[in-house]
This record gives sequence, structure tokens and C-alpha cells, in this order.
Amino acid sequence: MRRPRRTWTGRLAGLSFLGQRLALYAVVAIASVLLNFILPRFMPGDPATQMIREITNRTGAPPSGYQTRLIKARYGDPDRPLALQFWDYISQLFKGDLGVSAQYYPITVTEMIGKALPWTLYLAIFSTILGWIVGTYLGARLGWKPGRRLDAIVTPVSMFFSSIPAFWLGLLIVWYFAYTHGWFPNQGAYDNSLDIDLLSPSFLLSVLHHGALPFFTLIIVGFARWLFSMRNMMITTVNEDYVQLARAKGLAQNRIRNRYAARNALLPNFTGLAQSMGGALTAVILAETVFIYPGIGSLLTGAQAARDYPIMQGVMLMVIFASLLFNFIADSVYVLLDPRTREAN
Amino acid sequence: MLKRFLLIGKVQIGLAIIAVFTLVAIFGPWFSSTVLAMSPQDVDYQHLTGGPPDSTHWLGTTSQGQDVLSWMLHGTRTSMLVGFASAIIGTVLTIVIGAWAGFSGGLADKILNGAILVFGNFPTFALLFIVAAAFQNANWLLVSIVIGGIEWSGGARQIRAQTMSLRGRDFTTALRTVGESRARIILVEVMPHLLGVISPLFLGLIAAGVNQQAALAFLGIGNPSEPSWGLMINWAMTQNALFRGLWWWFVPPGLALCLIGFATTMVNFGLDEITNPTLSSKRMKLMRIFLRDKARRTAAQAPQEVAVR
Repeated sequence: MRRPRRTWTGRLAGLSFLGQRLALYAVVAIASVLLNFILPRFMPGDPATQMIREITNRTGAPPSGYQTRLIKARYGDPDRPLALQFWDYISQLFKGDLGVSAQYYPITVTEMIGKALPWTLYLAIFSTILGWIVGTYLGARLGWKPGRRLDAIVTPVSMFFSSIPAFWLGLLIVWYFAYTHGWFPNQGAYDNSLDIDLLSPSFLLSVLHHGALPFFTLIIVGFARWLFSMRNMMITTVNEDYVQLARAKGLAQNRIRNRYAARNALLPNFTGLAQSMGGALTAVILAETVFIYPGIGSLLTGAQAARDYPIMQGVMLMVIFASLLFNFIADSVYVLLDPRTREAN
Repeated sequence: MLKRFLLIGKVQIGLAIIAVFTLVAIFGPWFSSTVLAMSPQDVDYQHLTGGPPDSTHWLGTTSQGQDVLSWMLHGTRTSMLVGFASAIIGTVLTIVIGAWAGFSGGLADKILNGAILVFGNFPTFALLFIVAAAFQNANWLLVSIVIGGIEWSGGARQIRAQTMSLRGRDFTTALRTVGESRARIILVEVMPHLLGVISPLFLGLIAAGVNQQAALAFLGIGNPSEPSWGLMINWAMTQNALFRGLWWWFVPPGLALCLIGFATTMVNFGLDEITNPTLSSKRMKLMRIFLRDKARRTAAQAPQEVAVR
């Protein structure tokens, strides 16, 4: 197949598509910041006062004047006009300041998220990619000969898998593999007796050992959607003329499947991969809670139990921004891979 | 389209599952109080540490001696109530916004479509969590309003596209020239054509609502005095059911969630078969039979041809 030539107009069309998407994401980001600003101010009760009381209870002394000002800037101060409050809020946010945890006062939210985020990203990215590979491969196999026995068994089974809530499957798996049989640790991301050292083999082994159950859960729950989309795309692609041509030429079945049909059917799965990361973060957050994995999910559950608003809001803002970023990556990949977006004019 | 949709086997399975849970939601609590003579709050002092299923407690007891079956029966009511309420709210928003945008065009469409796009690009659960967590002990209605108010955008996009194509048809133009009001055209004349899109959307929203509520309750958001599937799983986890091996406590609510999710997947697959006929299982079966017969026929014909020659 000849590559379509990349013309200037084509590139411009791609860029203007990306520009539109970027504008859309900017609106979503602004809306979520606004929501974060408005919610505590319209909630019943006065969160700022509540938080100051909470901190006083925890530390035995009221927070300093500076901290009080910061808390009021973030959660509403009845004595200050809304516009000025909004200005304070935005300028704090731009400095990367998400406030101070009420529960672990005076540790900042940014620091807590910074500690938890790497674990969550590690789980989210690798489990998504592994699930993608499993699902895409199986989908290509099933879609090549739909309606065969393998298809009739695997497709309904994965339909059921895809509807299992990740947190519940995690619960079953922890109960069976960790509590009943003790084959895997029931909590944590690594052996606490070891120092965090990314070069030491025993530390890496314990990370893998602790990560096995969460990965297994997330892959089981996640692979099916890739299987379905790949299978359905394959069924449509298999009847295309160029695949028939390859058949007529007498090429080997495997070669037709992998180099002709699957290659084109792969496109939606590629763009879907980046797009799904936002949703994957949600599944990971819920599953982490079960495995008591020291990531964003456990941070969030702890914060929810203690009604620690700064952490909840910070985490959620970050999750929204992260999934917007992944969506934008998906759009860019789409423009790169699919010539139709470039040749729109 | 609605009729064709309802005739697909997968769709029927999905609908049957949802219907069974709806019946349990309606009659379950009554069954629990009259036949079992128990409520979720009743404590059985003989089974204080949690007992496996037996003849008095068909699904066993929790670590506090409460009956798991009556928890399930009452929990089904809350979970399905949130599912239906959020689906109704979500569907109404879907129809109003989607049909309005698609039918009016121009500036109104631009603004509404912008809203659809913005809501569609929010990570739903993050938004849900922020809003729901802002209310302390949110009851089922509040949770449903939040879920329904967030989950409408995907359907609105479909409805908008459908309405836009219906707007250009001859019959709507004719009605406009006769001088029918826009509201009447949309509600009485166009709506029946949208039912085929709306009904699977509604079913999908029920399952989404049930699952979102379960996830929220699992994280501890919601009213702890309303038993629901998510709350059961949350309590089982926080009260050490795993360590004590009380599997009968957390397995039933999760299975119920799986079945509800499975029902929607079936319905969606059925919908796929209508919109993309190459995926139709009936068609695939016909193809297989045809190919088999053709192979048999050619095999039978081959020797005859030789004989004629």
C-alpha cells in the first residue's frame, strides 16, 4: 500500500483538530477547578471553620495565622467577597499549592500525592498495557473466524468478566490467594523491612510479588473491552477487498491475519489505549483500596473516612487533569495514525 | 427498530436479569419481614461471630450476627432504586438536551453541543466522587440526582445525531409547514422514532447507576443506614470478613453487581447487532449453514460431473 503524502494542508487540518480538542480540554479543566472552588462554599456547614477545629483537635493548638488565612482562602471565608476569594484560590493553584492535609497536618497535599502517585501510575499503566495486549491478541484470533467454537466460549465468558467490579474481584482474589492460602502478601506495595532501592533485586522482587494480585485483578477486568472492539473490527475487516486479494494470492493464513487484517483493525484499539487511561485510573483507585496498596486510592479512602477535603479535592483534580492529558495524547496518536483526519480538506 | 431490538436473544436475557432484580427490589423487603421474620438490623445472638449458610440464615450471618439474606433483599431495593432513579433523571436530561440541540440547530445547538462535549470529557467517577463527597451522609435520592446529572452526555450525543437526521425528513418539514408547534413535533411525531435509541440507553443507565452507587458506597460515600450492595462489601471489608473467611458476606452483593453489568453488556451487544449487521449472530449462523451446504453440494456434484464427461 502506498503511503498517502503528507501535505501542508493535511498537517494544518490535523493541527486545527488538535487545537479544537485542546480548547475543549481547557474548558473541562476550568470547569473542574470552578467546581472545586464552588462546592465547599455552597456545602451545608462551614468547611473552613470545621477544618480549623479539626486541626486544633489533632495538634492541640489552633493553626498559625498564616495557615488560617490559607485555609479560608481555599474553603471559603464569609467575610471576603467571592471574586477576591476566587483570585486567591487561583493564584494558590498556579503555584502548585493544593493546601494542607487536615488529617496529617501540617503535611501538604502535594507531598502526599507525590508519594502515592508513582504507585498508582505504575499499576495503571502496566495493567492497562498488559490487558490491552491480551485482549487485542485474543480479539484478533476470535474475529478472524467468528462464530467458531472458541468464539462461542471465549466471547460470553469475557462478557461476564468485563462486568465484574474491579474492587469486588480484588476482594475475592485477596481472600483466596492471600488470606486463605497465603501465597501472596495481603497488603502493601513492597516488603516494609527492605529499603526503597530501585537497583536492589530483592526490593524489585518484593514489588513484583506484592503487585501480582492487583495486576491480575485489573487485567481480568480490563482485557475484555479490547477483545470486543478488536473482534468486531476484525469481523468487518476480514471481508475487505484487500484481504480477499491477499487470500487470492495464496498467502499463508497467519500472514494475512497479522499483516493484512489485524494491522488495519488495530487502529481503534490504538487510539482507545490512551483514551482509556482516565477510566483505568478509576478502576485502579478502587482496586488499590482492597489491596491496601499505598497509592492514590488508599490515600483517597483514608481521606474520605476522615473527611479530609483538601486531599479529596487535590486527588480528584489531579485525576481529572491526568485523564485530560491522556485524552490529548490519544487525539495526537489518532491524528498521526489516521490519514483521514489529516486529509479532511 | 424497538421491536427488532426486543427480539434479539441477548437483549431478552439482559432484560430478564433486570426484571428479576426489579421484582426482588419490590417484594424483597416484604419477603424478608413476613417469611423470614427478620430485618437487616436484627441480631442473632447464636451466630454473633458470623456463621455460614444454614437453615435459619440461608446466606449466613455477618460478623455481628445479622442475616445476610435480609441485607441482600433490602440492599437490592436501595441499589435498584438508585439505578432506576438515576436512569430516569439521566434519560430525561439526555432526551431534552439531545433533542433540543438536534432540532433547533444554530446557536442553541452550538451551546448545548458544547455542554455535551464538556460533560462527555469529564472522567465521570472523579466528578461523581467530588460532588457526592461534598454532602455528608447523602441519601439515595441525592446520590441518584448526582449520578443522573452526570451520566447523560453519551446518550445526548446519540439523540442529537438522530434528531438532526429526523429534522431533515419530509414528514417533519410537512408538519412545520402545517404550522405545528415545535414541542408537539418533537414530543409526538419525532419521539417514537427515537425509542429504539432511548430504550437501550435507559437500560445502560440503570446498570451504570447501580454500579456507580456501589463504587461510591464501597468508598464509604452515602447514607450508612440505607443497606445497599456497595455498603455490604464496604462493611465486609472494613470488619475483617476477609481475615475471618466470611465469604458468604461479600460474595452475594458482588455477584448481583456482576449480573447487572452482564445484563447491560448483553443489551449493548444486541444493539451492536442492529446497528452493524455484520456482527449479527443470526447472520453468522446463516452464513455457516450456507457454506456447509454449499460444500456438501459441490462434493455431491463432483462425481456426477465426471460421469457425464
